[in-house]
Amino acid sequence: MIKWNQRTKAVALAAAMAILLLLVYASGILIPEYAITGSFLDAGRAPCPAHPFGTDALGRDLFLRTLKGLSVSMTMGLAASALSAVIAIFVGVVSAAGSKYMDGILNWLIDLVMGVPHTILIILISFALGRGLWGLFVGIAATHWCSLARLIRGEVLKLRTRHYVAVSRKLGKSSGWILMFHLLPHLAPQFLVGLILMLPHAILHEASISFLGFGLPPERSAIGIILSESMRYISTGMWWTAVFPGLTLVLIVLLVDHLGECLREVMDPYSAQE
Amino acid sequence: MMERGRVMKRILGRIAYRTLTYGAKVISLLLAVSVISFALVSASPVDPVQQYILRVGTAVSPEQREEIEDYWGVDKPPDERYMDWLSEILHGNLGESLVYRRPVADIIGERFLNSLALMFCAWLFSGVIGFSLGCVMGMYKDRWPDRILKKICYVLSCVPTFWLGLLFLLVFSVWLGWFPIGFSTPIGVTSGEVTIWQKMYHLILPAFTLCILSFVNIALHTRQKLVEVLNSEYVLFARARGERELTVLRRHGLRNILLPAVTLQFASFAELFGGSVMAENVFSYPGLGSAVSEAGLNADVPLLLGVTLFSALFVCVGNMTANVLYGIIDPQIREVGE
Amino acid sequence: MEKKIENLLEIQDLSVSFRMYGNGLEQTELQVISDLSLTVRPGEILAIAGSSGSGKSLLALAVLGLLPDNAAVSGRLYYKGEELTRAWQKQLRGTEIALVPQSIAYLDPLMRVGGQADGHLRPKMTGKRREIFDRLGLPKQTERLYPFQLSGGMARRVLVSTALLTGADLMIADEPTPGMGLKQALAALQMFRDYASEGKAVVLITHDIDLAVEFADRVAVFYAGTTVETARASDFKEGEEALRHPYSRALWNALPQNGFHPIEGFQPYAGNLPKGCLFAPRCPYKTEECTKTAPPVQKIRGGEVRCYYAS
Repeated sequence: MIKWNQRTKAVALAAAMAILLLLVYASGILIPEYAITGSFLDAGRAPCPAHPFGTDALGRDLFLRTLKGLSVSMTMGLAASALSAVIAIFVGVVSAAGSKYMDGILNWLIDLVMGVPHTILIILISFALGRGLWGLFVGIAATHWCSLARLIRGEVLKLRTRHYVAVSRKLGKSSGWILMFHLLPHLAPQFLVGLILMLPHAILHEASISFLGFGLPPERSAIGIILSESMRYISTGMWWTAVFPGLTLVLIVLLVDHLGECLREVMDPYSAQE
Repeated sequence: MMERGRVMKRILGRIAYRTLTYGAKVISLLLAVSVISFALVSASPVDPVQQYILRVGTAVSPEQREEIEDYWGVDKPPDERYMDWLSEILHGNLGESLVYRRPVADIIGERFLNSLALMFCAWLFSGVIGFSLGCVMGMYKDRWPDRILKKICYVLSCVPTFWLGLLFLLVFSVWLGWFPIGFSTPIGVTSGEVTIWQKMYHLILPAFTLCILSFVNIALHTRQKLVEVLNSEYVLFARARGERELTVLRRHGLRNILLPAVTLQFASFAELFGGSVMAENVFSYPGLGSAVSEAGLNADVPLLLGVTLFSALFVCVGNMTANVLYGIIDPQIREVGE
Repeated sequence: MEKKIENLLEIQDLSVSFRMYGNGLEQTELQVISDLSLTVRPGEILAIAGSSGSGKSLLALAVLGLLPDNAAVSGRLYYKGEELTRAWQKQLRGTEIALVPQSIAYLDPLMRVGGQADGHLRPKMTGKRREIFDRLGLPKQTERLYPFQLSGGMARRVLVSTALLTGADLMIADEPTPGMGLKQALAALQMFRDYASEGKAVVLITHDIDLAVEFADRVAVFYAGTTVETARASDFKEGEEALRHPYSRALWNALPQNGFHPIEGFQPYAGNLPKGCLFAPRCPYKTEECTKTAPPVQKIRGGEVRCYYAS
């Protein structure tokens, strides 16, 4: 009884959070760029009913810009996390199911990626790809897969010792068959939860790197760019330009993180106790 | 006696083997970092020679041009170019920065000291604070101090470094006026005249920002380890012998959780460095972090490469220290020979 | 005015159960000790003998008040004639009641053995501890070692030394001898004997009946979390007829020197105890009454037994 209740609660909570995130995302996507262009008459307005987050130095509405920026961050985070999770599952499975030699190489690769500060690595990749969204995407995807890969590796090592895998092997099934029908279905929940738990980091990294100036061009709306601009006006007393967009970002990241935890609870109620 | 000698020899052999394989791994990792970063900047649409000429403008003398082309080995195939560059690096020649017009090695040396001061403060305080909070959380597991601190840690883990820095800047510099906005040295004062106190004054906010966000990891880790220790059989026995909570913490808790915590702290140099890049940029602190983003934005390839290699070396030193510490402090490893 | 204490420790109808979360988060109760009654007198060694998994170790923790939070305890404990409260248990731990735990896992892996044996109390009795180490056959350099460097027998002797050093009135030793050589085990048991002869008491928890009979004054036979019989050690030497409970007799018969006859069936699982007498499912003499209500403690021929048909 209790189990069902807790599960239902977690599922309902997760659904509510997912809907909220989707709303933010959709509104960000649906806002046309021209709606954000402001006039100098409105420049530097403090928060008021017409502009809940105030306006920036160019008179653009910060609420709309923040929504737009968040949708950019979320798209980027999701895309980069997805690629990263695919890399993780590939590295994890090959490392655990392949030869010992392969395992050594892939572990070395993980050490390599962990051996350079991620911010630096993303800057470097972004530089190599001529900055812009593409570089940011590749950079974030290339740096976030390590811990999930280790997790999946452990999981595959555990699964390999299970009886049904051994039986399948005895029955003459090929490694590929076992991978498709035994390993991957078991890894699906891990993959999904890992992906969603990776999202907050990816979003934060997107914002950070945009803040440094490696990302969208400065006239576009990205959360990092908005905050980077706010730094210029912070001494003139336009505090709202820094506070509200950042606060919204933190809330979204918290929400995504919580969603991930909820999903983990639903899919794997035992390991999520702590 | 003979037996003992043989055992000693075997142990020494094992240590030598371990050191060698570990050393080989470290060198291979550093080499790989150099290959990858060189490949990345070579793949970039930005041409270092062109950038140099663009920067310096018409004033490039033919000799200078030749020198810079020689350094980058423009006409050679990539592998040869890499080998030439690597041998230059190994000879200590990291090239000349386009932005600063000075040897990269000098810039790194100077700025690293600034960064080191920042990172060391943040590292030390986040370690001490995180460890203490972790102990409190572990001791009060599932009671209100633990629950509150856990919530705080959870929220902090979702706050980006640069935004926290911005908030601090807003509150402490703009509103309260306690600290200057940006620049490590006051304007109009040459760097030679800056006193140590002025430097420290400019260090406080960035270090505080970095520290706040770094302690979460160590606090949660310490909490978990302490909970494990408190559930152990040896702590049960200690209680059976009449030890009270604080005595248990002092005699058994600290002894068993300090080593993993210190190791973790050394192994977290990568996050520390990444965090300092953000903090330095928010506070315009003249360290490696602000240098690297400037280098990336201005296509200053030698500086970008130099800082990348240096950061990898820095992380590596942290990991190696963690490894060595484990060997020195843990009696299970240390006293195998006894 | 010193009152003569008859019973150092008296346990009345002690029951301990654990709330466990089984599959699907539903609660189950594990009854590990049921209606246990026991007395320990000053100057004696009382052996508690029974097969493993019968809840003997938990009894020690219950006396010390150290059961985990999810344990539910009922029944009464008296120490020196007065009811043992939680606060008092806390005071007595390590000073008046000492525990010899079971395995090396009870030693802090990162602390040298000498410091652990000395304990946290001051002043340190290093001199006395060395003497005890010596009597137990532990070489002097043992104190510089870490637990992982000890053999199983050495670790057990170190654990024994911790309790001897406290000078507590009641010592509860949980399987102290396995892993020790015969000579060392005898030395340790002799030290228990000397200890008891000072007017203190030792509760010796063991699965080794022979050893219990040899060194104890009385033997309590433990089955599925309760004592089915408390007999004089000499009763076991006399033979089957001197014992009172069918389980004690079966145990006696299972000893190698008495024919090695195994007992049929299994000890019941703590989550699924039978109603009535816990031994009934395996008892050859069981009647309807046995399966309905558990038999009360009866005093027969100077021992205590829980069986309707004991004589």
